[in-house]
Amino acid sequence: MLTIRNLHAAVEGKEILKGIDLEIKPGEVHAIMGPNGSGKSTLSQVLAGNGNFEVTEGEILYKGSDLGELAVEERAREGIFLAFQYPVEIPGFSNAEFLRAAVNAHRKHRGESELDAFDFADFAKRKIELLDLDPKLMTRSVNAGFSGGEKKRNECLQMTLLEPTFAILDETDSGLDIDALKIVAKGVNSLRAPDRSFLIITHYQRLLEYVVPDYVHVLAAGRIVKSGGKELALELEDKGYGWLGAEFAEAVPGGGEG
Amino acid sequence: MSDEKQMLEDLSQQDYKWGFVTAIDADTVPPGLNEDVIRFISAQKNEPEWLLAFRLKAYAHWLTLEEPTWQKVTFPPVDYQAISYYSAPKQQKKLDSLDEVDPELLDTYEKLGIPLTEQKRLAGVAVDAVFDSVSVATTHQDKLAAMGVIFMPISEAVQKHPDLVRKYLGKVVPYTDNYYAALNSAVFTDGSFVYIPKGLKCPLELSTYFRINAENTGQFERTLIVADDASYVSYLEGCTAPKRDENQLHAAVVELFAHDDASIKYSTVQNWYPGDKDGKGGIYNFVTKRGLCAGDRSHISWTQVETGSAITWKYPSCVLKGDDSVGEFYSVALTTKHQQADTGTKMIHLGKRTRSTIVSKGISAGKADQTYRGLVKMGKGAESARNFTQCDSMLLGDRCGAHTFPYIESQNASAQVEHEATTTRIGDDQIFYCNQRGIETEDAVSMIVGGFCREVFKELPMEFAVEAQKLLSVSLEGSVG
Ligand SMILES: Nc1ncnc2c1ncn2[C@@H]1O[C@H](COP(=O)(O)OP(=O)(O)OP(=O)(O)O)[C@@H](O)[C@H]1O
Ligand SMILES: [Mg+2]
Repeated sequence: MLTIRNLHAAVEGKEILKGIDLEIKPGEVHAIMGPNGSGKSTLSQVLAGNGNFEVTEGEILYKGSDLGELAVEERAREGIFLAFQYPVEIPGFSNAEFLRAAVNAHRKHRGESELDAFDFADFAKRKIELLDLDPKLMTRSVNAGFSGGEKKRNECLQMTLLEPTFAILDETDSGLDIDALKIVAKGVNSLRAPDRSFLIITHYQRLLEYVVPDYVHVLAAGRIVKSGGKELALELEDKGYGWLGAEFAEAVPGGGEG
Repeated sequence: MSDEKQMLEDLSQQDYKWGFVTAIDADTVPPGLNEDVIRFISAQKNEPEWLLAFRLKAYAHWLTLEEPTWQKVTFPPVDYQAISYYSAPKQQKKLDSLDEVDPELLDTYEKLGIPLTEQKRLAGVAVDAVFDSVSVATTHQDKLAAMGVIFMPISEAVQKHPDLVRKYLGKVVPYTDNYYAALNSAVFTDGSFVYIPKGLKCPLELSTYFRINAENTGQFERTLIVADDASYVSYLEGCTAPKRDENQLHAAVVELFAHDDASIKYSTVQNWYPGDKDGKGGIYNFVTKRGLCAGDRSHISWTQVETGSAITWKYPSCVLKGDDSVGEFYSVALTTKHQQADTGTKMIHLGKRTRSTIVSKGISAGKADQTYRGLVKMGKGAESARNFTQCDSMLLGDRCGAHTFPYIESQNASAQVEHEATTTRIGDDQIFYCNQRGIETEDAVSMIVGGFCREVFKELPMEFAVEAQKLLSVSLEGSVG
């Protein structure tokens, strides 16, 4: 599904990702944890194709071809979805119309007919119920004035509507109450399939109780310093990052003592 | 616009042609402006003495004026002696086929989904009229007439309702008002006249679409709308399709007069040809629009969506004379390429507890330059009057400009004026977010801009709002990339 080799990326001339290797196979769920500022969101933005980040070295293969060749919207239509850590607001523009435009862009790409406002409303209704979303959010402007939790749920709604092949969730669980967390988990689990993969960025192992990952990686100072099974998340939650000791210290100067 | 409407307008030209058969030898005057020309215009229209006197006074005053230069637009001087001030209403030079039309203009028609015959009409290509359709307009006319509504070309109203026209003409915009208003008063050839009788809520939205003889009102159009006590009217002006016109200078005057408890809603979607990509051939639109809330509790609301013209210079204004009267101004102005716009409004509060709201949304892209100029004046008698102004600019790219000049004059300490202004750029993060959902950049831009304009669009009659949104998207194409 996705192969990342020796990925280096910089923003404003500053190198943030310093050689990442990662292999995600169809059907797998990978979790990435790591301290603030270690480059987790940067990785997600690079995968989505944000032009502010420059890939300086290495390569990303998606479904066997070079991801760098594709524009942001092409990646999206090819099934890459990013649930943003900080969803963007579009004041004045209706959320329902936005979601419909997104769904139709995908349908068009697949050669399917576009949905009109009524068909879309029917299509969206089930997903809204699944995520226990307030239907009023559809008539409001895109994310404008949404609470933190509402924004995250709206990201989750978009994911379930677009049915991506590869979904990246950047701290979608942050700021959610426990019920909302279960809902997000439900959203992910409802999509889990042998041909779909997930990359879940999180600070807490809580979400991982509901969405059980196949692998957990620790990203520190732009490198993956440790990988393991789902137990690694528990261990991190328990002990923090300090115990990673030597490996961690190498990546983060002074990190060994933390 | 439906075929029917289009046919009507074609037909109206036919009508005019026949109407002017006797004058055929003298249907145009040579370029230039002098008293004789004005006398000639007046005689052609068989006008009463008082109207000729009005024109001549306006002309004499115009001669004493200088073309204004305070506005923030630049253009080569207009040669007023090179303009022909009268031609029989079929004044647009017809082209033989669409091949002669600017391909970019045709491209825009295509995107707006305008039918071919309609494209021809707009672009000024000769089309044959079909005669059947006159009945549609007549039906509307009959319905309106039965209710006591007068809605006709102002030249016809001068003949049929001279006292009404005389009572109101120039009362809201006197010929002394400004350079272009003086010129218009001297040489106006046609326009609309509307009178809504006491207590009537006009159930139809009045639009020049179904007014016979709507076309070819020329460069000096004159509109006068009078709403008598406790009446209501919604008037639509314009058309979303860009119009090509031989006449570069347009100096229209629109006067609205609201009596006690009357309400006038005036909506404009204007898309004059802005010129080709180098800005050549675009229209100069210097229009004076003003509403007088003469009566107590009267209400005048201007809503405008402007995307065309090479140069726009307009300030739809309200004079709030009646106590408790209300003035509103909702505006979206989009300038792209080389367009220049200096627009805004004036709210003149004279009566007690008068209220005004100004919502101005300016969008600049390309190398365009846009200025908002707003005046809020609280007169001595404006006890407890209030104004709220919201003035937002959005910039696309970094070669365009937006300027805001709010002027506030208050002679009454109890009056309140609130002003909010913002300038935003379309964020890369917003576009990236949309792209990440599979949405093209151009669609993303029109969503973001549409959202920005929503407060104004929701003031437009429903179908106008849909058209306006579409128009905006088309006008913005290629602005971000
Ligand atoms: N647009 C940008 N301009 C400048 N620096 C940036 C930009 N984006 C990210 N950075 C820097 O890159 C580093 C990594 O940021 P990133 O957002 O990827 O961290 P993160 O691991 O997601 O952190 P968190 O857990 O707090 O979300 C930080 O030092 C951050 O300040
Ligand atoms: Mg982050």
